[in-house]
Amino acid sequence: MTDLTLGRVTADRDRLLRLLQEYGVYLGVVVLFLANTVLTPHFLSTENFRTQAVQVAPVLIVALGMALAIGSEGVDLAVGSVMALSTSLLSLYLGYGPWIAILIALVGGAVIGVANGSLIAFVGVQPIVATLALMVAGRGLALVLLPQLKDVHDPAMASLGSGDVLGVPYLVLIAAALALLVAFVVRRTTFGRQLLAIGDSRAAARLAGLPVRRVLILVYVCSGVLAAIAGVLATARLTASDPTSLGNLMELSAITAVVVGGTPLSGGRVRIGGTVAGAVLIQLLTTTLIKHDLPPSWTQIAQAVVIVLAVYAARERGKR
Amino acid sequence: MTTDVDTPVSAKSTAEDDPPGATRSERLSALAQQHGALVTLVVAMIAASLSFDTFLTGDNLENMALSSAFLAVVALGMTFVIVTGGIDLSVGSLFALGGVLAAWGSQYGTAVALLLPLAVCGLIGLVNGLLIARSRLAPFIVTLAAMLGARGILLSVTDEGSTTYLVDKDSFFAKLGQDTLLGIGIPVWITVALFVLGAVVLRRTRFGQYVYAVGGNEDAAALMGAPVARTKISVYTLSGLCAGLAGALNAAWLVSGVTILGSGMELEAISAVVIGGTLLTGGFGFISGSLVGVLLLKVIQNVINQIGSLDSAYQQVVSGAFLAVVVIAQTWLGRRRRVL
Repeated sequence: MTDLTLGRVTADRDRLLRLLQEYGVYLGVVVLFLANTVLTPHFLSTENFRTQAVQVAPVLIVALGMALAIGSEGVDLAVGSVMALSTSLLSLYLGYGPWIAILIALVGGAVIGVANGSLIAFVGVQPIVATLALMVAGRGLALVLLPQLKDVHDPAMASLGSGDVLGVPYLVLIAAALALLVAFVVRRTTFGRQLLAIGDSRAAARLAGLPVRRVLILVYVCSGVLAAIAGVLATARLTASDPTSLGNLMELSAITAVVVGGTPLSGGRVRIGGTVAGAVLIQLLTTTLIKHDLPPSWTQIAQAVVIVLAVYAARERGKR
Repeated sequence: MTTDVDTPVSAKSTAEDDPPGATRSERLSALAQQHGALVTLVVAMIAASLSFDTFLTGDNLENMALSSAFLAVVALGMTFVIVTGGIDLSVGSLFALGGVLAAWGSQYGTAVALLLPLAVCGLIGLVNGLLIARSRLAPFIVTLAAMLGARGILLSVTDEGSTTYLVDKDSFFAKLGQDTLLGIGIPVWITVALFVLGAVVLRRTRFGQYVYAVGGNEDAAALMGAPVARTKISVYTLSGLCAGLAGALNAAWLVSGVTILGSGMELEAISAVVIGGTLLTGGFGFISGSLVGVLLLKVIQNVINQIGSLDSAYQQVVSGAFLAVVVIAQTWLGRRRRVL
């Protein structure tokens, strides 16, 4: 799009714009952080950091799976329902011991992932619609299994939810470890490369002989399992299973984190660092608004504006 | 979201465009795509009336017709959007916002109660359309943002959802929602009229042709001289207007603006449109099908309600499974037509 006759000025401006698009999310985090340090009382405290980090952990874990789905040129709208399903399964099987219950919850997430992936890979249904169907059905299933809120009394779950290592909560450690794992998978494994190739052009990937169907199914299984992990951790933190409201609008937050973090909706690229920053950015934004006594409704409006701005910026990058 | 290699090419043409030499099985799958929902609806209604004495009663049918009416108006706008190959996830929020604005506005008269939600929801639809058509952003992400934003505005207007605006029961606006004509509720009449109008617009006007053309192949439509951007902006505005109007009518019926309505409505509307035979890939669809889709969803919900032992959670399981089955069938039928 650069006109040769326009010379260096345009080229420089383009590069600056591109850098801003590429690293804007980190800049946003730093700006919000500094603004809060100055403007928000008690922002710079260990207690506050801990609260913020624990709140952001489940969103981030879901967003990691979402980043994989979006990287394959798809999307997973079922993640919120998978969280609800995993919390229901957890409560239902807690009698057999916490680890078995957690395992069953994760298997539940994987099963929804297989269903999503099969609809997309074998039947050729668009990801939005396939995962929409499982979003509705999954929430229903969660409520069939556990019709109302149930307290979780289990020492292992309680320590998972509120325990820490050297002051860093388990939740945050798990989220960080999963982020590293997913970043490794995307960058260093065959599966990661195949996933990006499929996101870039499914037709080309098929012609190149890549196992398109298997990779797609695996992508949605990853997304399902990560959402189930988030559901388990959220249950542990809240010490209750609430299939009615757990994970509501989670698909929105996760998509926002991924998109704000610079992963293009058109697939073919995944930015895990950006996704982490995106999740932190949304959390900081919410905190900023709430701590300054602005009503929660403003958070939603702000989040909507941030989504549009981020996608607008990504659009320029796509045109490059 | 962007073109998929699996997209059945021939399925993008309308049924009438089938070549004269179409084989029998091609015609059959086209018929199934077009009228499958209607057949299922008739079968479901016969089965329901045989199974439950309470199904074919005046009260029950009236209730179903009314609750279908509001969803149907939303689905009408959604049909236009989906035929252009887009999607509108903001309709549930706009439905709720429209209802609250109508209930608040009703204190200043019926005109305000109707025009205020239309103006606000239409404007949000217009912004959706502008961002999608002019800035070429993905419809799904723009309308997702609008869904969040509209819900935020709604909460702002109602003091974080704590204030419920009531409609004066004796006002003309309330009568609009509650009165009947020939024993049938006014909202049902309005819905039927809108569907006739919608079908004429989609099938018989130049705008309708542009809608099909944009959904069939955007680049080809542009080369043909169709105003692609204007058509897209129009369909999202229309969808916003429909959702706002449906919300206003619903508020008149409930005589209050209920803030918690509309969540999940976008899914119901999309399901209804898809069940009605409209392809999510765009370029192919029927207005009448969407009405059948809405009725089918409502009959299924009603049957599940009648089976008292099943709670509403099963409704969601069945709706989701149903949507999946319909989409599989659609894809399968579409693929069959391409292969042959």
